[in-house]
Amino acid sequence: MHGLINRSIQSYVCDSYGIDIWLDVTHRAALDFTEFEAMLNYDDATTEQVLNAVSEVLGRPRDELMEDIGTYLVSHPSFEAVRRLLRFGGVNFEDFLHSLDDLPDRARLAVSDLHLPKVELCEHAGGQFSLICDAPVAGYGHVMMGILRVMADDYGALALLEQTGGGKGVETVSITLIEAEYAEGRSFDLGARVG
Amino acid sequence: MTDVFCYPVLDVLCPMHLTLNETGHITHAGPTIQKLRVDVPMVGQRFLEVFAVKRPRSITCMEDLRRAENLKLHLEMRDPPRTELKGIMVPTSGHEGNVIVNLSFGISILDGVRDYSLTNADFAATDLAIEMLYLVEAKTAAMEASRRLNLRLQGAKIAAEEQAFTDTLTGLKNRRAMDTVLARLVAGQSSFAVMHIDLDYFKAVNDTYGHAAGDHVLQSVARVMVEETRETDVVARVGGDEFTVILPDVRSDDILRKVGRRIIDRLEVPVIFDGHECRISASIGTVWIQSGERPSMEALLSDADVALYASKHAGRARQTFYSPELRQAANAGVPPVGRGHQSG
Repeated sequence: MHGLINRSIQSYVCDSYGIDIWLDVTHRAALDFTEFEAMLNYDDATTEQVLNAVSEVLGRPRDELMEDIGTYLVSHPSFEAVRRLLRFGGVNFEDFLHSLDDLPDRARLAVSDLHLPKVELCEHAGGQFSLICDAPVAGYGHVMMGILRVMADDYGALALLEQTGGGKGVETVSITLIEAEYAEGRSFDLGARVG
Repeated sequence: MTDVFCYPVLDVLCPMHLTLNETGHITHAGPTIQKLRVDVPMVGQRFLEVFAVKRPRSITCMEDLRRAENLKLHLEMRDPPRTELKGIMVPTSGHEGNVIVNLSFGISILDGVRDYSLTNADFAATDLAIEMLYLVEAKTAAMEASRRLNLRLQGAKIAAEEQAFTDTLTGLKNRRAMDTVLARLVAGQSSFAVMHIDLDYFKAVNDTYGHAAGDHVLQSVARVMVEETRETDVVARVGGDEFTVILPDVRSDDILRKVGRRIIDRLEVPVIFDGHECRISASIGTVWIQSGERPSMEALLSDADVALYASKHAGRARQTFYSPELRQAANAGVPPVGRGHQSG
């Protein structure tokens, strides 16, 4: 897995629970280092070990943890860049949902060796969607669910989200868009670069 | 004859277009280009009074512009913010002299969206402007992450190099560092001195009180040597209980004599470890290179060794200066007597 992904998990643990918990995690995951480098690649197994260790140290189930990581990624101030880059995808929440098909390509355009799992949006009648997520790491669908919850708020949309099944490395998130313009939403200034 | 433009279509396909009549006045402005001057309607103004043509330079009047069909135009707004724009002019098939000018921010896209607070909706759906902004932002973030990695790697490299030149027990320079410094001095022309210092009775401390006591003594020895030399001098631990001090710019052998004396005197002050008095001393062999002399490194170190062994043979706890006679004596197996001998 790309260092950016591993580093995000590290930041999540450090920002939410403190450095000591993170050191505990690295110890339990038998890493021989304590800091992931964002711009280096790591063995896929390492990510799995780290996620298992976080679950054990925090005593939280994987699904819940993954959704929390997704929420963190698009709401924490130090990851403002992620929220902004996602907002480039669409002018409203529905538009944004459709842009998710391009998410791995967009990510690769930014960082050529960053491979995100494939996601595919299916539109059903009556504001119903399902997002079919490849999940090379168990719980990726939950990460997407956490991201979508925050992004719906960001766009000011009212949406219901639930995980509806998975297995064989695929996880599905069901999305019911109840009201596209439910609230004001957060502003998105195209030219306001962060960092 | 009236205009034949289908403005609603143009507004969607090219929201930054303008239409001009035969006198060069703006007759319609797309919704986005009008956002560049919210308070002043563009319609009714002369195109060339709002925009200056920077390239091709030959265009100064409407007649020139009309001839610039299908040419890429570089424009600049005359009032601040003097936004630069790219444009292309095409004549219309309707009224003689009517033209359409389509504009774009080109490379100034970032300044454009900032200066005029533009949103996704201000660009045609097929325009790559939003993707361009996305890329700029994504690449900037990625570059920043890479830059941070480079800084950390550079820091690690400096630390590793520092470590590679440092004796970890004492914090003094190691043999590699000494070789580097010495090579530089040998290549230069100035005077310098090399002191080989070998601890006396150190083995006894180690054997009697253990390695921990030995390590403690070595650390204390290192401190003494650093304190008794100048900041420009280099103190290196080159073996278990062997040290080398390199002293650049030495003006007289008297200075060397005093430095050697002070080091020996202070090393003879017992070091207390775990309630035990650890007593050592030191033998020194010194080579003083006058400016202009160009010895080889091997010869220099060998001379220092000869002088050091002369000190050892003469009863330890003293400094001996190298002289060629010492080497002859050593080769002849006669106990050597060096010049500048000091009794311990």
